[in-house]
Amino acid sequence: MKIHEYQAKELLRRYGVKTPRGIACFSVEDATKAAEELGGSLWVVKAQIHAGGRGKGGGVKVATSLGEVRDWSSQILGMQLKTHQTGPEGQKVRRLLIEEGADISKELYVGIVVDRATQCVCVMASSEGGMDIEEVAAKTPERIHKVFVDPAAGLTDAEATGLARNIGIPETSLAEGASILQALYQSFVETDASLAEINPLILTADGNVVALDAKINFDESALFRHPEIVELRDFDEEDPLEIEASKHDLSYISLDGNIGCLVNGAGLAMATMDTIKLFGGEPANFLDVGGGATQEKVTEAFKLMLRNPNVKAILVNIFGGIMRCDIIAAGVVEAAKQVQLRVPLVVRMKGTNEDVGRQILSDSGLPIISADSMADAAQRVVAATKGTN
Amino acid sequence: MSILIDKDTKVMTQGITGKTGQFHTRACREYANGAECFVAGVHPNKAGQDFEGIPIFASVRDAKDATGARVSVIYVPPAGAAAAIWEAAEADLDLVICITEGIPVQDMIEVRHKMRQHNCRTILLGPNCPGAITPDEIKIGIMPGHIHRKGSVGVVSRSGTLTYEAVAQLTELGLGQSTAVGIGGDPVNGLKHIDVLKMFNDDPATEAVVMIGEIGGTDEETAALWAKTSMTKPIVGFIAGVTAPPGKRMGHAGAIISGGKGTAEEKLTVMEESGISVTRDPSQIGRLLKSVLK
Repeated sequence: MKIHEYQAKELLRRYGVKTPRGIACFSVEDATKAAEELGGSLWVVKAQIHAGGRGKGGGVKVATSLGEVRDWSSQILGMQLKTHQTGPEGQKVRRLLIEEGADISKELYVGIVVDRATQCVCVMASSEGGMDIEEVAAKTPERIHKVFVDPAAGLTDAEATGLARNIGIPETSLAEGASILQALYQSFVETDASLAEINPLILTADGNVVALDAKINFDESALFRHPEIVELRDFDEEDPLEIEASKHDLSYISLDGNIGCLVNGAGLAMATMDTIKLFGGEPANFLDVGGGATQEKVTEAFKLMLRNPNVKAILVNIFGGIMRCDIIAAGVVEAAKQVQLRVPLVVRMKGTNEDVGRQILSDSGLPIISADSMADAAQRVVAATKGTN
Repeated sequence: MSILIDKDTKVMTQGITGKTGQFHTRACREYANGAECFVAGVHPNKAGQDFEGIPIFASVRDAKDATGARVSVIYVPPAGAAAAIWEAAEADLDLVICITEGIPVQDMIEVRHKMRQHNCRTILLGPNCPGAITPDEIKIGIMPGHIHRKGSVGVVSRSGTLTYEAVAQLTELGLGQSTAVGIGGDPVNGLKHIDVLKMFNDDPATEAVVMIGEIGGTDEETAALWAKTSMTKPIVGFIAGVTAPPGKRMGHAGAIISGGKGTAEEKLTVMEESGISVTRDPSQIGRLLKSVLK
């Protein structure tokens, strides 16, 4: 789960991380008032969306007067902000963060992720702040310093100080830099984060170490023990179909193509999408109804797929293991009737009771195209979208 | 021969009183030698009771001492699953198979760290995996037993239903399996592809291996690079997620392309360069395996 920058900063402040003073706003009027309240003569107007790369997309502007705060806010609020992470349609800006300006003398990077290979939390720091860390990793990997943290000991004073020194924090500010790294680590562990990033972490002219930006993602599997984090969820930032899917315990992701896919199991679902692509088609979604799908779930899954107007044909691929094919077939027939299916439907079923399942499909009187293998199914559904079936 | 489990393995079920635990314990007991293999259940408050004749003990240690079971399978809900793994490791079992899906990553980091700190020799399979099966001998987990046949192809995979798909293709072509192992779709887990490949390499009953991976992490690459120099048996491979967009979690917690790492193409390239025969068409896995057999 993702949260906004201003929410992440609020969270980090509770752990003792310094950030510029700022106020989250939902209207231009509030934004101007916020700037007035913050005082000073330099403000930053920042679009709050869940994607990165906001600055390059025109979502972050510096204002030197209250009038400019108003102008930038009215320009940014409501815009479709396009960044390399939003996709071509962009994301609508509904919230702003108005912050006091900062006196930057140096931009650094710190980030925390889970390292799969060592099965530890990895704290990364770099002297190259303010730019894409992936780019730094590709061009100057020697400028990224890493510590793999012993979960029992946590990020030690020596490790934190070492990292701070390695990225060029001057001796006079070392203690402050180290404590920010430790605070970030502490917040990561205590909130069950999956990613925490401060980019840039800045050194101010007067020697302070300040988080100018903040990004935290959380492990969905651990949300059950963090009701305070769940409250931060912003549904406006998520795909409505993906929200609807999660209500039914379905795993759904919207994609750009026109072939709806309904599959049981994540690996098989990915493999099905890959096969469609292999035969020249484009999947409209990833949809995993789970290893033990029920008839109700299949029906909900159908309704969901068909809410995407781009879907020109549907491919159902079920491996009936514990879940029998006849049950799934009954679900497919029921769903097709309920939603008054108007697009071609290709069904491929394999496993327990597949013959009974196929019989149910053919007895239904519905124009269902039956397929043997995944390749066969993919070819048929691709042909169906091209109207040559 | 086989790897990890066979007809003489004695198994206890942790979480035997839950709906999932009951359903699958029943199905496992009905498969091949299962009635002899599934000898105990564990529940802290239900010692002295039984599940359809299988005695329930208060702890893993009690169950091990009383029945000699040295393998456990876990269906405990996510919040308590890591603690269940640790209990099995502390009791010095040979193997613990964790089926539970949705365990917090921090919990897994902690339990894996403790296992290393204490030099536990207990092997962990999973979590979030279908389990393992040695056809016609024993099945421990949630896979459909009837699609498997006894034979000489080892199968190792990160996913559930995609594994069944590959197994069914093999069986249809008359190619049985020595053991099929699901290592699970979570980012922090126990056995990895490389560990299972090593076991298949040492297993006289295994002649060739199907290795199925998916996007996320670099475990497939690590396994392929090891196989390049050390594997004496042919491997065929498939990687799911060629079409997966970066930054999106594709169902499995571990199936995510982040920071440009863990793409299917990257994995396929390394596997090919390591001498593994790969296919981009998952309906060809069985035929490809057949073609590499001597």
